[in-house]
Amino acid sequence: MTASSLVEVENLHFTRGDRDIFRGVDLSIPRGKITAIMGPSGTGKTTLLKLIGGQLAPSAGRVLIDGHDVHRLSRKDLFQMRRRMGMLFQSGALFSDLSVFENVAFPLRVHTDLPESMVRDVVLMKLEAVGLRGARDLMPSELSGGMTRRVALARAVALDPELILYDEPFVGQDPISMGVLVQLIRRLNQALGLTSVVVSHDIKETLSIADYVYVVADGRVMAHGTPASLDVEQDPRVSQFVHGEPDGPVPFHYPANDFYDDILGQEEA
Amino acid sequence: MIERISRLGRRGCDLLEAVGRAGLFLAQSMFGRPTMGGISLWIAQVYMVGVLSLAIILVSGLFIGMVLALQGYTILVDFGAADALGQMVSLALLRELAPVVAALLFAGRAGSALTAEIGLMKATEQLTSMEMIGVDPLRRIVAPRLWAGFVSLPLLTIGFSVVGIYGGYLVGVEWLGVFEGSYWGNMQASVGFFNDIGNGIVKSLMFALVVTWIAVFQGYDLIPTSEGISRATTRTVVYSSLAVLGLDFVLTAVMFGGLS
Repeated sequence: MTASSLVEVENLHFTRGDRDIFRGVDLSIPRGKITAIMGPSGTGKTTLLKLIGGQLAPSAGRVLIDGHDVHRLSRKDLFQMRRRMGMLFQSGALFSDLSVFENVAFPLRVHTDLPESMVRDVVLMKLEAVGLRGARDLMPSELSGGMTRRVALARAVALDPELILYDEPFVGQDPISMGVLVQLIRRLNQALGLTSVVVSHDIKETLSIADYVYVVADGRVMAHGTPASLDVEQDPRVSQFVHGEPDGPVPFHYPANDFYDDILGQEEA
Repeated sequence: MIERISRLGRRGCDLLEAVGRAGLFLAQSMFGRPTMGGISLWIAQVYMVGVLSLAIILVSGLFIGMVLALQGYTILVDFGAADALGQMVSLALLRELAPVVAALLFAGRAGSALTAEIGLMKATEQLTSMEMIGVDPLRRIVAPRLWAGFVSLPLLTIGFSVVGIYGGYLVGVEWLGVFEGSYWGNMQASVGFFNDIGNGIVKSLMFALVVTWIAVFQGYDLIPTSEGISRATTRTVVYSSLAVLGLDFVLTAVMFGGLS
């Protein structure tokens, strides 16, 4: 393990039901950089984030954060560790019974003893950073999808975490809010010196902000490198993904028996 | 044949596992250290599950008391025992009807709401995100709801009895003309504080624990899809109704059946 990496994933295996999701994944996430984990839908990218956050336990292998094995921590230490991480969920996952202001204030109120005036200042600063200071009194149900994600981002960085995990931050966003999010992620990373992990399959946006990219498919890391090096990657599976070709080594079809047999075989049976 | 046996075995294991999970769940949420703002969270939940159930519980109590008096009077009057009406109404309510009917109504009114609420929080990743913020949802979400249910239902049951006895008075005394003195007097003479009121409250405490436990566990443990939520809500009402009725038999046998 190198001193410069904050998260180290070693030989990770994970099985759900009868399906092997991961069969030996190794990642190393450098401190202070934006690392992207990419791959087709259904390859367990979100699962990987949950493994890093300690919500799921691997069947073999380990995840080290700052040298601590996440899955060997006691429940108390794990919760302690999570204070140093922020996670942005795909759905935003704002608490629907709290206003925007209270949502962002939540981690502060729970984990710190700051006086109310200080909480207010911090919350307004975080909301200002995502451009939603004026929306502080709205309820989550009154926000658009892009605003929800920005509030969630403000909440994720409320405690100034060292590590922030983004789960599909760009999915389902219109071009404008997509651009806003891309810029926010980059700016937050630079301004706060965060270590960011972005899980996504939006190639263009992700490659534009990532310092380093892992491509995960079939339970393994298929390729890794800087965005520039992936662009010229020779492996046909990687280049299919990076260039967004519909069919290739990664098949367009979900596994099925022969089409001809399926359509015509019915009558004989 | 072998396959059938193995399926039975697997089902047994699944059931045991679920019971174990539910037990751990209860222990962790009820006896964990309460979180910041514990009291105000609890009060908010007492309002949600208790105060908002007040209307249905009290109205039902009134009608059940009135029906009891009407039915009881027509039977008792044949034996010339209409004076015992107060005793009959109050014992029936305190020992049986108030704890059981209030618990059933509570399961339908508050239990299903708890399941749906927690289930939707799970489906929208609110529980997961709370965990990632470093707050245990068992303590923050589940514990206040469990304690609120545990405290609310016995109080609602007392309200149910009081209103029911008053309903019996309205029908028996005001309408059917039972002598007021004998209605209250016989009641006072025959109702024991520990034996009848106390046992009724003990019953109701047990029901409160079981119903709220089932409700929050079903919500916490459900499959986070719309179908999963609908199934879990149904299961809450079905399981808690059956549990209340079954448990009531056991408790009655122990308390009043001469087993103790």
